[in-house]
Amino acid sequence: MGVILTFAEQRDGKLRRASLETLSEARRLAGALAASVTTVVIGPGSEALAAELTAQGADRIVVFDDPAFGSYASESYARALAQAISEAKPSAVLVPFTAMGKDLAPRVAAKIGAGLASDCVALEAKDGRLVGRRPMYAGKAYATVEWAGEPQMATLRPNVFPLGPKDAARPVDLVRGAADASARAKVTGVSATAQGKIQLSEAQIIVSGGRGLKGPENFHLVESLAEALGAAVGASRAVVDAGWVDHQLQVGQTGRTVSPSLYVACGISGAIQHLAGMSSSKYIVAINKDKDAPIFKVADYGIVGDLFELLPRLTEAAKAHRAARG
Amino acid sequence: MKIVVCVEQVPDTETRVRVAPSGAAISEADVQTWIVSPYDEFAIEEALRIKEAKGGEVVLVSVGPERAQQALRTGLAMGADSALLVKDAALDATDTLGTARALAAAIRTLGTIDLVLCGQQGVGGDHSQIPGMLAELLELPQVTVAVKIEIGDGQATVEREIEGARETWTTPLPAVISAQKGLNEPRYAALKGIMAAKKKPLTVVDLAGLGLDAAAVAPKVRITRLELPPPRPAVRMIEGDAAAQAQELVRVLHEEAKVI
Repeated sequence: MGVILTFAEQRDGKLRRASLETLSEARRLAGALAASVTTVVIGPGSEALAAELTAQGADRIVVFDDPAFGSYASESYARALAQAISEAKPSAVLVPFTAMGKDLAPRVAAKIGAGLASDCVALEAKDGRLVGRRPMYAGKAYATVEWAGEPQMATLRPNVFPLGPKDAARPVDLVRGAADASARAKVTGVSATAQGKIQLSEAQIIVSGGRGLKGPENFHLVESLAEALGAAVGASRAVVDAGWVDHQLQVGQTGRTVSPSLYVACGISGAIQHLAGMSSSKYIVAINKDKDAPIFKVADYGIVGDLFELLPRLTEAAKAHRAARG
Repeated sequence: MKIVVCVEQVPDTETRVRVAPSGAAISEADVQTWIVSPYDEFAIEEALRIKEAKGGEVVLVSVGPERAQQALRTGLAMGADSALLVKDAALDATDTLGTARALAAAIRTLGTIDLVLCGQQGVGGDHSQIPGMLAELLELPQVTVAVKIEIGDGQATVEREIEGARETWTTPLPAVISAQKGLNEPRYAALKGIMAAKKKPLTVVDLAGLGLDAAAVAPKVRITRLELPPPRPAVRMIEGDAAAQAQELVRVLHEEAKVI
């Protein structure tokens, strides 16, 4: 029987949702590939996560529960994960495309000589092997990819793969791993960033602002609407380059590619590089004073109007809606 | 300091992508402008600033076809000292691991180096894989997605972005560091720089020249099909005064789209 191996990211003893999404996808593929699922989790407190990972679909949990793996380091985590891979001999290795997974997976792929497809948004089993689908050019195109050899490594975009059912009755099969935890490049400090309490890449709703807001002093209109909708705040490249907001908020080809359920573009005309980064959103709302703005070509709902009149009213309407729903 | 910067030539970000007749690649004939991948520009700029502060040299390395020479000339015009292009027909169909192997082999020919800088991703492929692969192949430490780099005595202090936080890392040098937007504002190449770039050394080498064969760069991941995203449904305009538009939008988002 083959093995699908997943990496579960934890920080401070908590699993990221993307880790559970990746595991759920492995569980789903396991049937078609006649495989079992092994999940690797690294860091102190990992062992305590075994029950949750098992309930989410892992058949075996490999833990590197060692204080020496206390903060993430590329070299030590890559060594541990590569070791777990060499022992489990999986046909596929799935890693969430989080900041950690994005740093870790390429190092592991080079270590074991495996092919790696980044940021996959769909995976299927075909003739006992994986077929992946991933955006390129920030979503201007989608590639279907296949692997030569094994393991077939993929990183999975957060917020795309659904969580599978949990079964708390599944028996836990725990294996304790040990590896050299030394690393040359190390984390020496972490500071929380003030901007954007909800992460763009994980947000269900995003409200983005562009040049139509006329100046940084008006960006609070977008922030207020985002707050009223429980949304993350985004921005166009134009306003990031103008220094109105931090580049971490940028949506588009040199920023983040996002696919929330709802994307509200306020005063964004819709440059090709911006459209690439958000046009896979489920629903798009465009608010712009120019009725010919390209953003309306990708929008589901459009409003031609003055942001300074509309946004405060929309914020009020959204607040009232929320209050009415409790 | 000897600083290596990995450079990829990519289609301009305003390019309207079309699929080639093969059905598995973009149509290069429809790409009007090729540019240095924007994240690689941040890497080049950072290398030049480190050189200006500490002295040394900046060497550009690229894997690509003949046209990639233009991207290297742009980097030389910005102020880099020399460039090395790995060009080989066997690389046309390679993947990230093959590209990283070719880059690593090219970097090994440069003797003792102090730092390798890359963009955090190549715009287009959007893999974000080369920096980590390169670090592993060169047996160097890595810090990716850097928004601040301070070079000290034989070591670097780097700030990188993660979800909702900024981490500070320290690494001994040499190391591979990848550049994120926010690291710096890249300079434009001035006319003087463009003229000077024409005389700077740009060496082209093939795989055999690096001691590699085609098998070393045979792709482990292959694109079997490339397609444009499906067209979106037509827009529905919401009319009325601002108050009515706001009410109606909230209603449709709740009742029809069911997203709020």
